[in-house]
Parts: sequence; structure tokens; C-alpha cells
Amino acid sequence: MLEVDKDRARHAVQPQHAFLVTLKVNGEEHRLNVDARTTLLDALRDRLHLTGTKKGCGLGQCGACTIIVDGRRVVSCLTLAVMNQGKEITTIEGLANGALHPVQQAFIEHDAFQCGYCTPGQIMSAVGLIQEGRTRSDDEIRENMSGNLCRCGAYTNIVDAIKDAIAHGLDPREAMTQAVEAIAQDAGREA
Amino acid sequence: MYAFTYHKPSSVRQAAAMLAKNEDAKLLAGGHTLLPTMKQRLASPSALIDLGAMPELKGIERKGRSVVIGAMTRHGEVAESAVVREAIPGLAELAELIGDPHVRHRGTIGGSVANNDPSADYPAALLALDATVITNKRKIAADEFFQGLFVTALEEGEIVTKVSFPVAQKAAYAKFRNPASRYALAGVFVAKRGSDVRVAVTGASENGVFRWTAAEEALKARFTAKSLEGMAPSPDGMIGDIHADSAYRAHLVGVMARRAVQAATSR
Repeated sequence: MLEVDKDRARHAVQPQHAFLVTLKVNGEEHRLNVDARTTLLDALRDRLHLTGTKKGCGLGQCGACTIIVDGRRVVSCLTLAVMNQGKEITTIEGLANGALHPVQQAFIEHDAFQCGYCTPGQIMSAVGLIQEGRTRSDDEIRENMSGNLCRCGAYTNIVDAIKDAIAHGLDPREAMTQAVEAIAQDAGREA
Repeated sequence: MYAFTYHKPSSVRQAAAMLAKNEDAKLLAGGHTLLPTMKQRLASPSALIDLGAMPELKGIERKGRSVVIGAMTRHGEVAESAVVREAIPGLAELAELIGDPHVRHRGTIGGSVANNDPSADYPAALLALDATVITNKRKIAADEFFQGLFVTALEEGEIVTKVSFPVAQKAAYAKFRNPASRYALAGVFVAKRGSDVRVAVTGASENGVFRWTAAEEALKARFTAKSLEGMAPSPDGMIGDIHADSAYRAHLVGVMARRAVQAATSR
């Protein structure tokens, strides 16, 4: 037997590698049977079909898979589903509440993306950043958004969007009203 | 990743028993080094023992003339701790410079210390502040703990539980970081306690964190950045890679040491 095959045989999936976990995602509890190897990211995407969270590098370098666990932004590719039993998990799908979350709205208004792949991670990271209050200057925002890469280079507009979301507060209903007013004004101008 | 079993013990004693029973088991702290290594199949432990469910490994407290930090305390918690900011502000500033916020929300002091990455930040603080690593078996002085690239004094079955930092009169950290990875290309922690001065360098040497004794002697005479004017360690044995060659790294150590002393004296 080749060394590699021996290694594989030793690591073949055994029943003791499967775990029943309860994940609390966006306020809803899900019971899942997972392999110990399943990352939280893969459990969210492949098992719960919450595909808003994106898989980029899978090694904690790009931030595309950013979610919020127990109030803190983390990369979901470097944590196992079994490690997150009973924790409060928020994904991009959990942000909008009738209306878009102010950060989501601000990203649209400021054109803070191009291809959009990093966007859910950027938005989750921005929500975490605003909660942490590390937004006293453009430099501080940039420094504390450094875990999220954007290969299209939308960084300038991302900073503008974050500042705008802060200026407009974080009440989604307020953001909705403002959006409706803006649309009405645009319609008025066009008429 | 190859398959493994997963355990989440509720006490250090239990974790130690599991370590003894499982050959090739690995301890899982923040997972930000171990999990990527396993994903790349550079490590294939048969079992992971998650240290995340033990209150005894968490928390920060002032104990007399020391600050004691639990092994599972996250970098972000150290950075924000009022206790650390008051007693050893340079240590909180170092924690704030580790990686990015995502890393600081998961990475732990125990994991960083036990891994002893040559570019990690905490080893410099432990060595310069003359900290003590406390395990489930004994206490180890920082000078004995770090033994080279990814090598520590930890034995089989030994678990880091706490790190105790004596409070220094003056201490600060200066780091020249790789702008992408934020690992140190050169990081220098300086600490002054009574007549003792210690200067520890990370990110630069092929042997991992080390004390720059020539700088310590110069600073003992007078603790000011001027004492280090024109000084740099020898480039021999410094890391040379695509980010910085060994001569540049040696130069950076001198610059970071002066900046650290400047920061320590201007508080």
C-alpha cells in the first residue's frame, strides 16, 4: 500500500466523526448531522442553503465568508460547525427586516461594489465595525475593514457607504422611508 | 481536511486525559492556524480537543504586580481590556496590531504562544516583559519557553492555561507589518523594570523570537531612543524572503527598536 493510501485509510470517515448540532441562525434553530470537518461556512451554504455567505479563499485571508457570531464578526471558513453549537449566528440573510438594512442600502446608493462577490462579507463586516464604534475617521474605518478584500477595488465607495450608513442611523424603517422619499423625488424630477 | 474526531471537554483535567488517550490529538484554540494547516493537509490530527468550553481558561485579572491572562482569551479582549490598558498599555497595543478584526475575535494568546510562529507578535511581549507561561503541569519563564522556530518547552500532554505578565514601568511595541498579512516583518517590544531593560525581536530571525542584548545594554545606560542611534543587529540569520531581505529586516529591527523606546518614554 502506498504511504498516501495508508494515510487515507487511517483517516477514512467513521461514524464517530458525525455530530448532531443545533445551529441558531438568524433567530431560527436548525438541527443538523454534520461531519466534524464541516466548516460553519459549508454548513450554512450547503446544508441550510443560505448561500448569501460566500466562499472565497477558504483560508481566512479574504473575508468573503464574514458572519457575526455572538456579536463579533468572524470568518466562517475557519470555524467548524460543531464548535458553534448554541451560538447566535447572523448571516447576510438575517439583516434585512422588511426593508434593507441601512448598510445594505448605503452600499447600493454608493455603488460600493462591482462584481459583488465580496459584498455580503463587506456588509457583515461593516455592521460589526459600526457596532464596535471604530469609525471615527476614514483611516480607522479602512484599518478595521482590512480583513475584507475587494479585488474589483471598490474600497473608496465602501468607506463612503459605511460613513453614510452611520450618518443615517441604523433603523431600517427610517432607511426605508428615506429610500421611498428619494424615489419620489427622483420621480418628481423626471416628470 | 482528513477526518478526525472532535471533543469538547469542560475542564483542563479532562482535556489532559483526552490528550493522553489520543495519539496525534491536537488542541484547538482559535483555530486560525490549525484549521488552515489541516485544510492544506499539512497537518492531519486524529482528534481535535476544543478548549472553547472552559471558563477557567478565560479572563484577565490584575494579581498584585502582574497581569494574568487566561490562555483562551482572544486578542480583541486583551486589546480592549481596561485592566491591560491601565497596567501595560504596550501589551494592549500589541494585541490591537495582530492580524485584522476577524483574527482578533478568534485568535487566542495561548494558541499564539504555544505555536511560536517566528512572525507572531505575542512572543515578543512575553520575552521582553519577562512573562511566565503557566501550564497544567508547571510554570515556565519566557526565556526558557521559546526555543526556536515553532518550538517551545511544552511537553507531550502539556496545556498552556495562563500567561502572567509582570507590570513594567515603561513598555511599548513597534511593528513593521506586511501590509497584506499583517504579520511582523520586524516587531520589537521594549520593557524597563527598575534597572532591568529587555528588548525582544519577532518577525526577523530564522530562529524565531530573540532578545537583542546589545540594545538592552545600550538602553541600560540611558533609556532613550538616542542610545540606539545607528544600531542594528547583524543580518546573519535574519529571514530573507520576497517581502524583505535579511539586511533590510536587520535595518528594520533597529528602526522599530527606536520607535518602541520613543513610544515607551513618551507616555
